[in-house]
Amino acid sequence: MSGLRELYQEVIIDHNKCPRNFCKLSGHSHYAEGLNPLCGDRISLYLDIQQDKIERVSFEGSGCAISTASASLMTEMLKGKDVEEAKKLFSVFHALLTGQEASDEGDDIGKLQVLAGVKEYPARVKCATLAWHALMDAMSGAETHG
Amino acid sequence: MLFDVEKIRQDFPILHQHVQGKPLVYFDNAATTQKPACVIEALQHYYACDNANVHRGVHTLSERSTKSYENALKTTQHFLGAGSEKEIIFTKGTTEGINLVAYCLAKNYLKEGDEILVSCLEHHANIVPWQLACEQTGCRLKVIPINDQGEILQEEYEKLLSSKTKVVAIAHVSNALGTINPIEKMIALAHQVGAICVIDGAQAVAHQKINVQTLDCDFYVFSGHKTLGPTGIGVLYGKYDLLKKMPPYQGGGDMIREVSFEKTTYNDLPYKFEAGTPPISAAIGLAVALHYLESIGLAAIAEYEQILLDYMLVQLAKMPEIKLIGQAKHRGAIVSFLYEGVHAHDVGSILDHEGVAIRNGHHCAMPLMKRLGVSATSRASLAFYNTQEEIDQFIRALKKVKEVFN
Ligand SMILES: Cc1ncc(COP(=O)(O)O)c(C=O)c1O
Repeated sequence: MSGLRELYQEVIIDHNKCPRNFCKLSGHSHYAEGLNPLCGDRISLYLDIQQDKIERVSFEGSGCAISTASASLMTEMLKGKDVEEAKKLFSVFHALLTGQEASDEGDDIGKLQVLAGVKEYPARVKCATLAWHALMDAMSGAETHG
Repeated sequence: MLFDVEKIRQDFPILHQHVQGKPLVYFDNAATTQKPACVIEALQHYYACDNANVHRGVHTLSERSTKSYENALKTTQHFLGAGSEKEIIFTKGTTEGINLVAYCLAKNYLKEGDEILVSCLEHHANIVPWQLACEQTGCRLKVIPINDQGEILQEEYEKLLSSKTKVVAIAHVSNALGTINPIEKMIALAHQVGAICVIDGAQAVAHQKINVQTLDCDFYVFSGHKTLGPTGIGVLYGKYDLLKKMPPYQGGGDMIREVSFEKTTYNDLPYKFEAGTPPISAAIGLAVALHYLESIGLAAIAEYEQILLDYMLVQLAKMPEIKLIGQAKHRGAIVSFLYEGVHAHDVGSILDHEGVAIRNGHHCAMPLMKRLGVSATSRASLAFYNTQEEIDQFIRALKKVKEVFN
């Protein structure tokens, strides 16, 4: 059970049960879909970016606890960050999951730390990064309206 | 006769290990089956003693290797009850077998306006090659619907059949739901309108006795690795007259009789369809696997797997949080299910932690998942070396899911 608790920490179970910012965002400026063809997980990510700053962010979709909690935590972390900070956060998070050393000591990934257990389950890393890849796609894409 | 599963398990070295500190319970047999020691030893022996290319040398090793390879063709022929070894073509697997048939039929048989029927519960391997054939020829792909239990609607099938139907391609057993389709009847109906019937036997061959002549199918395909054999080999059975009329699939060595820059003539069946060095060791390993299955007896295997299936279904029925997906009356030992409130992936990780290997996802059957209104299921698929005790461990592991997710 101990190893499982590393993977499924209380915070993850909680965010899976009650995902934050789980809705469609009206008046978003950027949008992307994330699809994990292996398992059929699918999320839609909405961003409202004004002057390079993420004002609002939300997501919708269906996925496993790891991908849902990761997306939910991500939306909490991103609010108020600028685009560069968001990219930086992703690379630190990605390094954490793939077991690489973080670039700088003291990179603060806050609550995302609860997903660290995923690195013991390589097959699940894709679940944990699904929303983040959608984020990168959305930020690099042209502005959308709809 | 008592089915001595403990004795059988001694033949499978891989089963005797611990995973995550628990005895391994391998319930992912629909993805690939484990290999008995005799198959592993045959591969080892081939490479240690007989390795040489086939049909190319007069030296001793080449003759040994060629003889073993040709014996593998004969073994496969007898295993399937085919009339001639000319009707047996070795491929890379089920996928390549279906692609071969679809490609060749598209080349000189299918025309614009023709129709190809597949069922809603097919594996992508029995959908996409036909879509490619449609793109090439302008024929249309039509889908035979299923009911909520996961059974092909026979009345709808009959309505779809017409003089335009040129190919009917269906799974013998559904890899996602375990449904055993009434293929004998479906083949006969296809023939009434003059259609060619292609059977995807990937999930059938290791679990029940197949006789292609009794079935009267035109093509039957399966994968070696799902029938206790090595990866990298599959079997395509085709009726002689059809194979003879088909153009070659790939060009190269072995498939030719004579090559000149002006004109090339092709080899006899089955070699016309074997371009290049075939999977020699895999063919030899497959033949050993098929002999092994016969020595256990496919009727006994089918009977024992039904007992395991019934036991598993009874145990699962006691768990209200489990919802079965697919409840065909006639089914093999494949059980797809949802765990209330928990995604299939999470179920998979927790079970793995308890030593239990199952598959979670769409099982390469996305149209079927869509029809059933699910994005992913968990799937336990059994083989004759599994036991009731393993089912108990699986059920205990499922109970852990609730502990984690509460
Ligand atoms: C019903 C069915 N058809 C086709 C395939 C494809 O088999 P292979 O990947 O061995 O070619 C599979 C296996 O996944 C299957 O279960």
